[in-house]
Amino acid sequence: MHESKDKSENPVNRRGFLSGAAAGVTALAVKPPVAMAQQAALKPEAHAGIEVSSNQKPGSDFMVDVFKSLGIEYIAANPGSSFRGLQESFINYGGNSKPEWLTCCHEESSVAMAHGYAKIEGKPMMIMAHGTVGLQHASMAIYNAYCDRVPVYIVLGNILDVNYRRGNAEWVHSVQDAAAMVRDYTKWDDTPVTLGHFAESAMRAYKIAMTPPTEPVVLVADGTLQEEPVADKNLRIPKLAMSAPPQGDSGAVAEAAKMLVDAENPVIVTGRAARSPRGIELLVELAEALQARVQDQRMRMNFPTAHPLYGHPGSSIATPNLSSYDVILGLEVQDFWGITHKMTGLNKFGMEAQPTTQPGAKIISVSAVELNHKSNYQDFGRYLEADLSITGDPEATLPELIEAVRKLITPDRRRAIQERGRKIAEANQRDRERDRELAAVAWDANPISTARLSAELWAQIKNDDWSLVSNDRFVSSWPTRLWNFSKYYQYIGAQGGSGIGYQAPASVGAALANRKHGRLSVSIQCDGDLNYAPGVLWTAAHHRIPLLMVMHNNRAYHEERMYLTMLGAKYDRDPGTSDIGTALSGPNIDYASIAKGYGLYAEGPIVDPQQLGPSLQRALERVRKGEPALVDVVTQPR
Amino acid sequence: MNKFLLLSVLSAGAVLAQTKAGDTMNGRRLFERNGCYQCHGHVGQGGLAGARLAQTKLPQVAFIAYVRNPSSGGMPPFRAKVMSDQDLADIYAYIKTFPEPQAAKDIPLLNQ
Repeated sequence: MHESKDKSENPVNRRGFLSGAAAGVTALAVKPPVAMAQQAALKPEAHAGIEVSSNQKPGSDFMVDVFKSLGIEYIAANPGSSFRGLQESFINYGGNSKPEWLTCCHEESSVAMAHGYAKIEGKPMMIMAHGTVGLQHASMAIYNAYCDRVPVYIVLGNILDVNYRRGNAEWVHSVQDAAAMVRDYTKWDDTPVTLGHFAESAMRAYKIAMTPPTEPVVLVADGTLQEEPVADKNLRIPKLAMSAPPQGDSGAVAEAAKMLVDAENPVIVTGRAARSPRGIELLVELAEALQARVQDQRMRMNFPTAHPLYGHPGSSIATPNLSSYDVILGLEVQDFWGITHKMTGLNKFGMEAQPTTQPGAKIISVSAVELNHKSNYQDFGRYLEADLSITGDPEATLPELIEAVRKLITPDRRRAIQERGRKIAEANQRDRERDRELAAVAWDANPISTARLSAELWAQIKNDDWSLVSNDRFVSSWPTRLWNFSKYYQYIGAQGGSGIGYQAPASVGAALANRKHGRLSVSIQCDGDLNYAPGVLWTAAHHRIPLLMVMHNNRAYHEERMYLTMLGAKYDRDPGTSDIGTALSGPNIDYASIAKGYGLYAEGPIVDPQQLGPSLQRALERVRKGEPALVDVVTQPR
Repeated sequence: MNKFLLLSVLSAGAVLAQTKAGDTMNGRRLFERNGCYQCHGHVGQGGLAGARLAQTKLPQVAFIAYVRNPSSGGMPPFRAKVMSDQDLADIYAYIKTFPEPQAAKDIPLLNQ
């Protein structure tokens, strides 16, 4: 809870600070003489500190008009006094509709909700926060969104002018350059000093956030601008002029097409290639034209998992085995160098690296992210020695690439390509069969296997218009391996910056985006992640956001537990101490009780696999009626 | 069996002449305590973090040789100072107790 929410220490009210002196007579009468003298010395003509009221239109009303013109649907915020003017205007002047105010219990939840929402809806949600303490809470979630190339529209409250800071709380909440703290991992920011400036920067912020690479942006709404009356009679809201996404150079695209068509065994690697449903269609067209396997890193819903050209995840979705390919086309790939090289183990001085690709293999990269590389945070990965590097948005570049590929395919080449596709499809079928056999191995195990959990959940939702609003990497990607993902909104990828605490709020935000479309949202929620900011469960209940949250409760920060075991063994020390600092047991956490406390329907802990299906069914009955629900499942570690 | 495992089998045959008797109870204790389950699952089902151990076709000597010198990038070598050959023989005996799973074709939820 932020200190500034207690307004009792600071009686100066909003709006019309300096207009109308009559109402101030009473207040002056009760002030001690010394204080009066000091105030008079500072601003003798203004009766400073006098609480007056005015019905003049405040600047925040104009700001609301500006934001409404952007078509933003929601504002997620934990309330704070530095943006109280905007909050009041959004609700009373703006009617609390488009955007609608969402009550959040932590700024990290606000941003992660916006993160999940944008990956479903394809446009940003607004979040509001104090320029200091609120942004400090929000910063990790902003970093996740930045690394995940997701637009979030961040509005910060701040009071620049010392004459308007009402007591200590507003001094400690004020900052000279509010956006500085997150400038390394946002795409653009501004601190407007007039309402006209604000309107222009609001448009620019939206445009920049939505132009690939899409990223978070920051706009500072000064407290004085919010609460002072609108003085400028010529204010106007500029037209929102969006940019077309950057497309790869035509010559380079033609060269890429030739390399791909001439290849004996090309592969397409997709990271964040698809930005919309159209992106999936284009990737299918390209893959089918080339009859090339698609190794999907699953950072977005890029490619249908049941497609014959879909590459089996193998031992790691993020780092597929690329050793058998002679041309590798990477479309907005995460850590391209990392998936084409391997390194020696930890802690060897001068770690050695060697390519994992075959000798002579050619690498083509299409990426818009390099248009926004920054220096400090190292999310850009190691320098890639690509044979052809195309700066551009993959989805915008694909139409020309597909056309160029089709033109280059001769009848002879087509026969060879078709034969290649047939073999890939056969391998795909074998991989799917093998996955089913592997899923059966621990079918009746207790704790419940992640394959069983995924299959039970799939059985309950497969006939709905469903959306998995969580990452599935921590459950051995069983949904990817067993379900049939085909639509863009059916999967949203992961955190981006691997910052834990993202999953629960992102799934609530994504479920919110799905709500108006009538989709059934489900998530597989890691226990460690939920413990960061579980208050988002209350937000889901309060705003009636339908979502089934199925706990993957392995009672640990398990990834780190595996690392500790590995290192203990490596150094010939005890590997059996890895629970220290990683286990979430003793006592076990009762997630169903927590969820009930926040107002959700909840069941669990489920330990008997026979009980899982009926439990999911009961919870889904509530979700289909428009409520959030949680089922706590005690699971195998991965 | 991949080529690394094959090499492991051959080299193990040269180093370890005979199979040890294993204590399944101690094997279970070590399997849980030393974190084998963390990547391979409590019933050896495997996952993206570790290979399936249930119904392993590896002979004991090859299993021990592999644990001593794994080819998988994610798995560390467990040397004798951490787990003796007898410890690994006990774990091997425990792994061999994992029941044969149902065939996927006999599980309706895996044929959706």
